[in-house]
Amino acid sequence: MNRISIDPITRLEGHGKIDIFLNEEGDVANAYFQVPELRGFERFCVGRQAEEMPVITNRICGVCPEAHHMAATKALDALFAADPPPAAKKLRELFYSAFYVTDHTTHFYALGGPDFIMGPDAPPGERNILGVIRKVGLDIGRQVIECRARNHHVIKTVGGRSIHPVAGLPGGWSRPITESERDEIVGIAQKNIDFALFTLQVFEDLVLKNQAYVDLITADTYTHKTYYMGLVDGQNRVNFYDGTVRVVGPDGDERVRYPAKDYASHIAERVEPWTYLKYPYLKDVGWKGFVDGPESGVYAASPLSRLNVSDCMATPRAQEQYELFYETLGSGKVNGRYKPVHYRLATHWARLVELLYAAERMLELANDPEITSPDLRTVPGAVIGCGIGCVEAPRGTLTHHYEADERGVLTRVNMIVGTTNNYAPMTMSIKKAAQQIITKGKVVEEGMLNRIEMAFRLYDPCLSCATHAAVGRMPLSVNIRDLSGEIIRTVSRG
Amino acid sequence: MPEKPKLAIYWAASCGGCEIAVVNLHEKLLDVDAAFEFMFCPCLLDTKKKDIEALPDKSIAITLFNGAIRTGENEEMAQILRKKSQLLIAFGSCACEGCIPGLANLHSKKDIFKAVYLDNPTIDNPDGTVPSISNEVPEGTLTIPAFHEKVKTLGQVTEVDYFIPGCPPESHQIWNIVAAVVSGAQLPPLGSVIGGGCISVCDECERVKADKKIERFYRNFEITPEPEKCLLEQGLLCMGIATRDGCGAPCPQANMPCTGCYGPPEGVTDQGARMIAALGSILDIGDSKGKSEEEIAARVEALLDRIPDYAGTFYKYSLPGSIIGGKVDK
Repeated sequence: MNRISIDPITRLEGHGKIDIFLNEEGDVANAYFQVPELRGFERFCVGRQAEEMPVITNRICGVCPEAHHMAATKALDALFAADPPPAAKKLRELFYSAFYVTDHTTHFYALGGPDFIMGPDAPPGERNILGVIRKVGLDIGRQVIECRARNHHVIKTVGGRSIHPVAGLPGGWSRPITESERDEIVGIAQKNIDFALFTLQVFEDLVLKNQAYVDLITADTYTHKTYYMGLVDGQNRVNFYDGTVRVVGPDGDERVRYPAKDYASHIAERVEPWTYLKYPYLKDVGWKGFVDGPESGVYAASPLSRLNVSDCMATPRAQEQYELFYETLGSGKVNGRYKPVHYRLATHWARLVELLYAAERMLELANDPEITSPDLRTVPGAVIGCGIGCVEAPRGTLTHHYEADERGVLTRVNMIVGTTNNYAPMTMSIKKAAQQIITKGKVVEEGMLNRIEMAFRLYDPCLSCATHAAVGRMPLSVNIRDLSGEIIRTVSRG
Repeated sequence: MPEKPKLAIYWAASCGGCEIAVVNLHEKLLDVDAAFEFMFCPCLLDTKKKDIEALPDKSIAITLFNGAIRTGENEEMAQILRKKSQLLIAFGSCACEGCIPGLANLHSKKDIFKAVYLDNPTIDNPDGTVPSISNEVPEGTLTIPAFHEKVKTLGQVTEVDYFIPGCPPESHQIWNIVAAVVSGAQLPPLGSVIGGGCISVCDECERVKADKKIERFYRNFEITPEPEKCLLEQGLLCMGIATRDGCGAPCPQANMPCTGCYGPPEGVTDQGARMIAALGSILDIGDSKGKSEEEIAARVEALLDRIPDYAGTFYKYSLPGSIIGGKVDK
């Protein structure tokens, strides 16, 4: 059997590798997406003092340490049964909104955008951040850098450090902000709104007004009808910081809704011997393999998923964009809410709708009179034994589960992290893209690399932003082997 | 135009925070890009592993290697990059001392696999499957790198020229090093720690220090510390006294204790031992006059009972590189 190896692909919590197998006819028989890395946090966090977890689990991911910091802090609220004062919750969400703005911005301009704005068939030399800048103006590069810088400044101001923040405590937050810091953050949030609107305009001008790109978004190659997961507030609006987990089916009907503490009743994880990463799926639907449809427990958790599980957005301008998103992509309303969009490349657009929401929410919180309150701590009582915390990480629903003894020392730890939720959908997207572009042994050379790349890049697998900021596109090398395993051809781009 | 020196950044077992610290040079990143041929992306090096192997030895000017050595792949890349680099720099706490992933050395590989794949609340694994390095699937053989029994530091698997501390290194420290290299400044002797200070975090912490005397330890959630006063003096276990300066002490400024991510201060081999020694001299065991040895020991024990995790507290970032190294299975 012929075999195509892409080793390694870009980052999913570190390292990734794809093996595509061709059958005798030269069609794709199967594709394996392997994660060749494990660090073992679920074991070595046992024995640690529970309150250290916001700082320890930061180090799961340096790209989204804020998400782990927040999930850990919320798990501690539950573990110590300490409900934070309202000002602490608002300050946490303010911090988290700044994080979302910087993270989504980086993905769009440095990673997802180059493919999308330049198009998959643009010469590789142009399909990068520098190409984007050439196409839409030098000003953009400067704006992206400034956007990241000002929001990392907010993250440091509110969270103590710009990478691996420290302010999360069970029942609270360690550091209040001053009035002058608030004033500064208000100004930054306003700039963020302008930047998000500008970015949506860029997307409209360069992508939506180009029929070829719209056709690409809606192509079957990048369509999967799975379940979707995301946190929603009491009015079924997208919420990054808090809410209940809502899961809808491919038809849009609510399959289940649960508070974070019940996650283990709804999520199971499958172990495959050829990869270190586990495959989560919906427990009551069951694991049916890497397949679409309501019979398969595969779900996605991503910006697209969050929009699909929600009825609307909580801020006015993001709501306008939300409606434009569904109307443009041909999703009508049934019983007052839009049907899910299954076009996976639309995730890039969904991310920009969220970018605007994060910016608007940041301004609301910064203007809140209570945000400078020093009343940020509820001193916890005794440990209650088990605490589960959940937030929406940019790459998906993030759940931390801690059990502890009466001293507050951890006895058991389980985590289902953002990107992991999407492991099965990414595997499926890779296989489908490969199946449609490699037929009868005929390989679409450069386009093949990029189209496979696009199939998983839309999920924003972890670390994408850091590694591609300067390089601008992912280097790939695909080896095509004959039956003896000898390489007969190499298609590469670096 | 003369060829620009090659700069590589590779990550092994780490979180990516070191890369973000580089990206957080913000506009100065363009200056770095101007000065170096920036082989910035870890997967760039990885993808072109064969090309890297084909390079003449020492043809990469500087490799910033971040991450601990957890798998066979990590170790292999460390060896390759050592060979191809003029300067191999352990970049960040994972490469220098093992950092948070190094806490895994308190557990065996078997225990780690058990917790991750066999015994957790969401696992569905009736056959007891765990990953293995080579697997037959219907279409062929799939391989993944070996998971080593222990986490090692970069210096434990190959020779390291310089060490840059921090989890992650603060961006201003990275810039100082880049600027020094670009300006052609004389570099310190090989083997030095660069990008940090020479004293302790306490020396750059703005909190007011008086005579340290600890009557009782508090966990960070038990008290709201006074805003100006030394956290250690308030009974919060702040590692600043046993940690290298250079970060600017942001954690104590945010009312949280230093947890030690910059590693031991200059001249200190073992951060945890340094902290324990420091505590030994400042624990207030009260008036010992007329007390028996047993009574004094009981008093010390009562004080220390407030710290339920010595290894995770004193060696949070430095276990693999420490004199104790980790737990040994017998």
